Amino acid sequence: MTIRLKELIAVAAILVFCLIFYIGKVSGWEPIEFSTVVSLIVVGILLASLLWILVLTLQGKLIERRIVFLYVGVAVAVPLFMKLSQEMPVSPAVQGVYDAVMELQPGSKVLIPFDYDPPTAPELQPMAETFLRICFQRDLKVIIMGIWPQGPQQAVLALEKILAEPDIAAKNLKYGVDYVNLGFQSGNEFVIQRMGGSFKSMFRTDYGGIPYDDLPLVKNIRNFSNIDYCFNLSSGFPGTVEWVQIAVDRYGVKLGAGNTAVQAPTVYPYLSSGQLTGLLGGMSGAAEFERAANARAKGTKYMLSQSVSHLVVIAFVIIGNVAFIMSGRKSALKG
Amino acid sequence: MRREVPLLITAIVGITFVVSYFIPHFPFNRMDAWFADWFSIIAACAIVLGALNLIKLSAQKVLDRKEDWVYSLVIIFSFILITVIGFWEGRDYRDPGTAFDWLYNNMYNPLSATMFSILAFFVASASYRAFRARNFEATLLLIAAFLVMIGRVPVGDFFTSFMPEGYRFSDLANWIMDYPQTAGQRAIMIGIGLGVVSTSLRVILGIERAHIGSGE
Repeated sequence: MTIRLKELIAVAAILVFCLIFYIGKVSGWEPIEFSTVVSLIVVGILLASLLWILVLTLQGKLIERRIVFLYVGVAVAVPLFMKLSQEMPVSPAVQGVYDAVMELQPGSKVLIPFDYDPPTAPELQPMAETFLRICFQRDLKVIIMGIWPQGPQQAVLALEKILAEPDIAAKNLKYGVDYVNLGFQSGNEFVIQRMGGSFKSMFRTDYGGIPYDDLPLVKNIRNFSNIDYCFNLSSGFPGTVEWVQIAVDRYGVKLGAGNTAVQAPTVYPYLSSGQLTGLLGGMSGAAEFERAANARAKGTKYMLSQSVSHLVVIAFVIIGNVAFIMSGRKSALKG
Repeated sequence: MRREVPLLITAIVGITFVVSYFIPHFPFNRMDAWFADWFSIIAACAIVLGALNLIKLSAQKVLDRKEDWVYSLVIIFSFILITVIGFWEGRDYRDPGTAFDWLYNNMYNPLSATMFSILAFFVASASYRAFRARNFEATLLLIAAFLVMIGRVPVGDFFTSFMPEGYRFSDLANWIMDYPQTAGQRAIMIGIGLGVVSTSLRVILGIERAHIGSGE
């Protein structure tokens, strides 16, 4: 079979899967969920097969890279259908964001810059949804904006979901009064800098084209001094680093952040220096935040997938080292 | 003149920025706003230029039948499709239920998420190959990676549930992130900061001229 034909078959298979999932989504099919026993059996099989690979490695047989990819694919995808509960401690960094929001009085104005796009949504969207839920439950006023083009659109998706929840829907929240989406503004960190002087100069209209002064929630907001708390969701540049350097250091904004797992380590220095009230890092940050807010949702569900995939990666690191030690011993014997 | 004028603009803008940071009085307190407007205008123009350049390069690849030209055709088709739909639906093109919204949620969203997800495979493959206990430093890195990976997921604490609080995998992972990792990051950030300052000074003073090209 030629490589081109293999590629075509792979693309066709993926298309068929996508079509099935799309039809399922549109038709409202019930999601497949393994029982606890079946889930444990699947995890057991996965671990047993990893043990078998370790034995093979000890016998001097090296595995191909494709096998590693296959295991990662299975470890990420299969747990999404499992039903296993996991206890998750809330780290001080996550607790910091939660405590900062809980300290706010009802009616406080919260700015949420959505500085990410769909690729990182699996990690950041659960954070956004939980944060919005807490804000609405506590009657905080929410102002959304983005210096990433797709950020405000991600915010629309999160708002749609949270506003449809029965307890939030019962509050009958009004756009422009209880929450507002100012949309995207180009200019990277200059937008933050200019907002320090005037919000209106950067957002003359909202996401839907309503003039700034016609929005009761923001018409009296001049600059950062009128904002009680800011929660930045970011997956790169411009993001949390720029918000800290300009909004926090220059204008004294109280800031919390939610970052991707890849980005979070770069922000840790700002956390320990007190420039950030707290930090949600990656999927585990989202899951911990859901636990702190006592509202388990997507973040918690996805953590099982992350747990299994981390175990698989650790197993392969051990196998890799075993292979490395074995090859070292062989070369030493040869030498 | 083609080299001097850009150098002069760079020097004036750079010096003004530095000065305006320290002087909060007119006209310096208005400089930020003026430059922010100019930055937005330049960024908007850059987006148009970028889009046109993408189409030009892709079209060239299709016309010359270069390797993987089919993917370039997909780029052109997708670009035209999303642009036409966006303009066709007018100002409310992003509203729920529009064709643009459907494309965003069902095509762009999953496709770009897939691109990021591929990272998992590379991380696994790289970990399998790179985390080898070759020497003392590599072994330290390996142990730290092991602790962070296991400590960042609930299963880590499940394995160390018999340990007192403060000594479980999640606590060890938090300690690594809070102290050794933060110390390393600080060192890197200070180094980058010093580098940015020196490069900026070189650009403002006209010593560094790479950003204006060869001048030919």
